[in-house]
Amino acid sequence: MNFSFEGGKHWSWVLGAGTLLRLTDLDGGANVGMLFYNPANLLERYNAPDTLKCQHTFKLTRGHCLYSDMGRIFCSITEDSVGWHDTVCGTTNREQVAQRWGEKSYQTHRNDWTQNGFDAFLVEGGKYGLGKRDLAANVNWFSKAAAAEDGTLQFDPTSARAGGYVELRFEMDALVLLHTCPHPLNSAREYPRHPVHAQLSKSDPVSADDFCRNSRPENGRGFANTEHYRQCAQHPAGEC
Amino acid sequence: MPHRSTLSPDTAKLRKIIPAGDYWIDTVAKNRRLRIVDVEGNQSADTLFFAASDPADRYSAVDTIRAQGNIYLSTGSKLLTTSGNVLAQIVADTVGRHDTLGGACAAESNTVRYALDKRTMHSCRDSYVLAVTANERFGLSKRDLTHNINFFMNVPVTADGGLRFADGLSGPGQYVELKAAMDIIVLISNCPQLNNPCNAYNPTPLEILVWDSDVP
Repeated sequence: MNFSFEGGKHWSWVLGAGTLLRLTDLDGGANVGMLFYNPANLLERYNAPDTLKCQHTFKLTRGHCLYSDMGRIFCSITEDSVGWHDTVCGTTNREQVAQRWGEKSYQTHRNDWTQNGFDAFLVEGGKYGLGKRDLAANVNWFSKAAAAEDGTLQFDPTSARAGGYVELRFEMDALVLLHTCPHPLNSAREYPRHPVHAQLSKSDPVSADDFCRNSRPENGRGFANTEHYRQCAQHPAGEC
Repeated sequence: MPHRSTLSPDTAKLRKIIPAGDYWIDTVAKNRRLRIVDVEGNQSADTLFFAASDPADRYSAVDTIRAQGNIYLSTGSKLLTTSGNVLAQIVADTVGRHDTLGGACAAESNTVRYALDKRTMHSCRDSYVLAVTANERFGLSKRDLTHNINFFMNVPVTADGGLRFADGLSGPGQYVELKAAMDIIVLISNCPQLNNPCNAYNPTPLEILVWDSDVP
């Protein structure tokens, strides 16, 4: 199943375990903000700090797993042509967008209004009963922000190239909130409005020698937690 | 950058020891000073802040580091909410660098980081959950428990995107001091982690001090 998103838009899905989601940066310069929740317990959400510290990484790329706050893996990154995706810079809000690019309202600009990531997440999350209190540090697919030795953050506008792709394999059911609003450190003169293609398909079963499962010993334990949860969730109480 | 405070502990209106594995939650009024002391050194003060008038507007690590353009917190850092409001500013810091990337330990993440049989060990997240459920007057719940500050923790990031937990820059008696920019709720877990060499497997007490706004 294929989806196309213009820049500055938002959407959401509930994706079952075993789904592959492949995102492609069609023109270069794209950003996809993303958050994950357990549809069976919306209090369980993507946890960027756990994701980083469990894998001793500051960036996300192939082999990394995206952890919930319950020690389970929402999805693993099975393919990645980009090499660096950000999860520490958050998302834009209305004031930031207005300050940097000027505010284009819906009244005057219709579909070319300057949507912001925070409102986009509120709209998509609100469809499932989520609010401001449920938001968390999000992923920014295709966006690279490195830190110098003294901690200075630097956005790299050359990292997101046309045709770049990343593929996520869902290891448990997940509510996925996404937007294609600009990265908050993007300093482009015009509001960056770059299209993204999304393809949903079914994955093969995860093998014992799977790259993500074995990329770090921590991920082997994360997979064990996740598989245990799936087994228990699929059986009547007491069989697990 | 390190910067010492001029305030004397003798004039503090509140002095309280937080034992390792315990929590402290309370409101701190606008313009009051809050000091957190690493009494014996290399302890982690896992700290969250909320706007007292609207707790849904709370500390945001990602907005804070993006706005200051730097991933480390020290003197001068303004702690921002998700809406961009200033909760508090760090006005003194004898350490020079504090982490806000690593988050709090949890029973569940301990199973991933260390071993599956660590699942029942005490954690900051358990202290947080107890703090918000045992103190309902603050109107908080697990929904409100997010990405915190780890005062006194040293988590260096490398230019190629690595992250590690290094020996602390802190030591006995080192402290960080904040000035509340609005009425805030402060929630501190004194980290009980027994699996991390950063505290030499020995969690130790923290002390907090609060001064009225008019104390010179």
